[in-house]
Amino acid sequence: MLIFYFGDFAMLKKIEAIIREDKVNDVKDALMDIGIVGLNIFEIRGHGRQGGIRLVGRAGTYQVDMLPKIQVNIILSEHNMEETIQTIRKAACTGEPGDGLIFVYPVEEVIRIRTGERGQDAVMYPGDIDEKRGRGKAKDS
Amino acid sequence: MNSGDTAWMLVSCALVLLMTPALALFYGGMVRRKNVLSTLTLSYIFMALIGVQWLLYGYSLAFGTDIGGLIGGLNFAGFNGVDALPNDDYSKTIPHSLFAAFQMMFAVITPALITGAFVERVNFKSFLLFSLLWATLVYDPLCHWVWGQGGWLKQLGVLDFAGGTVVHIAAGFSALAFALVIGPRKGYGKAPMEPHSIPLTVLGAGLLWVGWFGFNAGSALAANGVAVNALLTTNTSAATAGLVWMMLSWLDGRPSTLGIATGMVVGLAAVTPASGFVTPLAAMVIGAVAAPLSYYTMRFRDRRKLDESLDVWACHGIASSWGTIATGLFATVAVNSDGANGLFFGNPKQIGIQLLAVAVTMIFSFVVTYVVAKLLDWSIGLRVTAIEEEVGLDISSHGERSYS
Repeated sequence: MLIFYFGDFAMLKKIEAIIREDKVNDVKDALMDIGIVGLNIFEIRGHGRQGGIRLVGRAGTYQVDMLPKIQVNIILSEHNMEETIQTIRKAACTGEPGDGLIFVYPVEEVIRIRTGERGQDAVMYPGDIDEKRGRGKAKDS
Repeated sequence: MNSGDTAWMLVSCALVLLMTPALALFYGGMVRRKNVLSTLTLSYIFMALIGVQWLLYGYSLAFGTDIGGLIGGLNFAGFNGVDALPNDDYSKTIPHSLFAAFQMMFAVITPALITGAFVERVNFKSFLLFSLLWATLVYDPLCHWVWGQGGWLKQLGVLDFAGGTVVHIAAGFSALAFALVIGPRKGYGKAPMEPHSIPLTVLGAGLLWVGWFGFNAGSALAANGVAVNALLTTNTSAATAGLVWMMLSWLDGRPSTLGIATGMVVGLAAVTPASGFVTPLAAMVIGAVAAPLSYYTMRFRDRRKLDESLDVWACHGIASSWGTIATGLFATVAVNSDGANGLFFGNPKQIGIQLLAVAVTMIFSFVVTYVVAKLLDWSIGLRVTAIEEEVGLDISSHGERSYS
């Protein structure tokens, strides 16, 4: 597949993946392997189709419908998006309800506080996905 | 005066004092994270509040010179005449002041037990006022009836070794009455109200067990065989009830940690009135029966959507009612020559006395608490506002939070 590289004009995207708690290391390692270096994770609670689980109380059981999940946030260039999405899916999938969802949003601007770099430059790291695939190199190392 | 007895009773005082912070942890773990400090304070405050009340007049109302079998006089107010010499009525081998101090620890923890009924919604000011009224109108008279020289239940020959009636039934049925008046927490029955830290509750249950050795074995008021027997019966009942509760919980799903800890406390509450009068084997029966009684009372309460939040009624009221009745079944003078025989040892009369004491304690504590709580609700209000409840009592009542 031919990938067009638009330099500083590349669109920036935000990937927000809701995954299982126990899949966080698998997903992180898989992303590392393809060169997604920068990410944030959040501990969240929620539910989708999976519903809740029953817990045991003092006498008898009760239903809990908000389950702990992990949210992974990644800001990246649009040309890296599809590969990243497939990597997350592969690593986070068990085939059971409750595997989670991936949301993608457009990002207006990114500014690195230390250097003042903007746009794509601000989301490039030494050894990242673009460097690995020869699409550029982080200016700062 | 016996220095061995005195040394043991000094230690027992410290052990029973420990039970109040232990109870704070036990309860504190079971509430939501926005009400932890509030729940801890509801228990802790009694070390201060009753520490003063008992010295000023509480001890005297309970153990002062008898007036009509109903209440003590004010002759011991301010611990006046409560000195370092033995007292013929209460403490033949230890200082009278040590007996009064030991009893103080009981007066401290009893109202703290009730707080499980109204956590996460009670107004702190109304709570303080209620507590002082409860100690004066319920605990002190009841303590006199059962343990005070000339008290009418004592004269009837009721057997209550360490406070099945005075402490646990009184606290349990007062909790029920208060819960009926204050009403459920906002969202009760709709949103799950998960315990925020079961480890705190487990730690609290463990420390309660330790403290209970002072509570029950200390109630022998001497370092003797009766004390040792009480320690053994206490341990046996707690152990058995913990095991039985584990099985019940397992039958309903999984062997719950919170359930096992609760079962242990239920066993401790159940054996309290019996501990110095029955054998360890009888204590096993007491613990084994107490667990399902409390377990299914809890289920019943839950089905009725009655928010007696931390099950003081089921754990203490019901378990100790059974324990007090069981004392009338299993008591034997072979264990304690100062006691009496129960039904199984040829004295059917004792079971009648025990039943009467249980009924009187239930009704008296329930009615007085209901009336006092209702009056406070009408006048200054028992609850915090809906917004304060939503925010949580840690911030809205105390201006602090547990976890920053």
